[in-house]
Amino acid sequence: MSTVTEHAIGPAAPTPRRGLSATLHDSWVVAKRNLRRMSRIPEIVVFGLMQPVMFVLLFSYVMGGAINIPGADSSSDTYIQFLMAGIFAQTVTFAVAGASAGIAEDMTKGLVDRFRSLPMARSAVLVGRTLADLCQTAFTVIVLALVALLVGWRIHDGALKALGAFGLLLLLGYAFSWIGALIGLSVRSPEAATSAGLIWLFPLTFVSNAFVPVSSMPGWLEGVAYWNPFSATVQACRDLFGNQIGPVDSAWPMQHAALVSVLWSVVITVVFSWLSVRKYRSAVG
Amino acid sequence: MAPAIQAENLVKTFGDVRALDGVSLDVPEGTVLGLLGPNGAGKTTTVRVLTTLLRPDSGRAVVAGVDVLKHPNRVRSLIGLSGQYAAVDEYLTGFENLTMVGELYQMRTRDAKARALELLEWFNLTEAKDRTAKTYSGGMRRRLDLAAALVVRPPVMFLDEPTTGLDPRNRLALWEVIETLVEQGTTLLLTTQYLEEADRLAHDIAVVDHGRVIARGTADQLKAQIGGERIEVVVHDPGLVADAVAALSGYALGEPAVERNTRKITVPVSGGARVLADAIRELDGRGIEIDDIGLRRPTLDDVFLTLTGRVAEAAEEDRGADPKGRGRSGRGRGRSTDGADGADGVEGPEPDKQAVAAGGDR
Repeated sequence: MSTVTEHAIGPAAPTPRRGLSATLHDSWVVAKRNLRRMSRIPEIVVFGLMQPVMFVLLFSYVMGGAINIPGADSSSDTYIQFLMAGIFAQTVTFAVAGASAGIAEDMTKGLVDRFRSLPMARSAVLVGRTLADLCQTAFTVIVLALVALLVGWRIHDGALKALGAFGLLLLLGYAFSWIGALIGLSVRSPEAATSAGLIWLFPLTFVSNAFVPVSSMPGWLEGVAYWNPFSATVQACRDLFGNQIGPVDSAWPMQHAALVSVLWSVVITVVFSWLSVRKYRSAVG
Repeated sequence: MAPAIQAENLVKTFGDVRALDGVSLDVPEGTVLGLLGPNGAGKTTTVRVLTTLLRPDSGRAVVAGVDVLKHPNRVRSLIGLSGQYAAVDEYLTGFENLTMVGELYQMRTRDAKARALELLEWFNLTEAKDRTAKTYSGGMRRRLDLAAALVVRPPVMFLDEPTTGLDPRNRLALWEVIETLVEQGTTLLLTTQYLEEADRLAHDIAVVDHGRVIARGTADQLKAQIGGERIEVVVHDPGLVADAVAALSGYALGEPAVERNTRKITVPVSGGARVLADAIRELDGRGIEIDDIGLRRPTLDDVFLTLTGRVAEAAEEDRGADPKGRGRSGRGRGRSTDGADGADGVEGPEPDKQAVAAGGDR
């Protein structure tokens, strides 16, 4: 401890940045931290992949033969073509669970107290988290697309449109990770956060056009399914991947699916990021 | 000197629990204030308010000359906080943890890295710098957490029970670090349940209970407040206890207290070791055989017990900000501080008997 003195005298803290540049810088620092964590807990990424891959295999091989797609007339119009947009959309929305569990864990570990006592942008902890989740989602989607290609799924309308579809999916995933952030801030225990993050996703994804045609549902559910943010993204992806079988349903959100998808994602992001940052500021950890 | 930390009448309620019920304190620049109090007394809540983590319902707080409620982000550049739970990311290495904190203090990445290496060296963590904090021992994590609080050498530091759960060796090492910081002019607010820690580190002590500061002063002042020194004698022959009381009455400042079953006599005195020597000669001269004799001063444990009616509970986890934690410890006595054996049988705030509880023989 002979050199204690010179070590103890460190630099004074620079003046805090302000505004957007502060938010971007701090969010990037936090995102880096979360990406490092993910790389050190590969189980999370691997298990995040297994679920959708299993869904692809189970749905296409086990249930595919039993589900009748209206308008399917050629042998290439297999269920997998119909299914993939739904699986992609479901996969990106599962980012909710990652965000909610991750933030709840930070809260219980006292790490959020450390962050809140630092001169950093108030939104950075949450923005950094959702950005890292976005990277994980992108990785998952790429792997999932490769698996799907192996079992017979095809992109029919060119790479540009397909990129557009992936863009819509990531946008939806990003929006949903903000819902996860709010859940994580609200429940506080990582275990509760995981279930609370997932449980409502099942009705949301199943009361949609993701796995079965909406026209097969009872009338009162049809309206719900058509206006489901999830359905819009699924429909838009089917259009852009060239996976649509038969005519698109005549409901307005299905006819303007890409627009509705973007609107939903933007609205969800704005509303839930505002709620989450507000909650974060006042959080008593 | 101007106070580096100043709190006026802080009030904070959680539901119908008043966690802070008008806390006021000030810590002059370059000094250490030890905040003592039972579980749920409001220590941690006070720290959370002063470190911008919690907004009080009312009251005012100024840290390093900056209003905490009006300019929280400016305050954050001037403080370091180390809490009860080592707040480090266990999946990052020690180096990455400190670099991240530096970057979030808005240092340039290069500077943050250089500072991280410096701190790792100072805290003897250089060898472990590239291991994730998950692999660290409890003491190492606590050192890393304290290092994180020191990244920018903040002029004002808050340490919330920094050594709870540490073994004696690590505790001592942390104390040395804290003393170095204070020597260099850091102002420190320290909460602790270890009275020994407050005695050693704090210039001033504030005892908090039920969300209020109920006593304030130096350790010596507080000890003096509840009574001065006394002689304790254990007589060998129960039949000679009365004789011994008579022999000692010449030195007594007040009524001697006698515990028949233990044959112990406690006599308030003044004059220190000389009186003790005289008393021994006097007893010896009368042929009264003694098993034990000593001069005792009140310890901070006595102060604590007298003021709050409770023995300090060191081991129990406590977060003052957690309203459910309040009252859990109960009004009566809980577990005693480590080393304070013999607390059993102490019923209330009677300073005469409490040298026994504290077991402190100086």
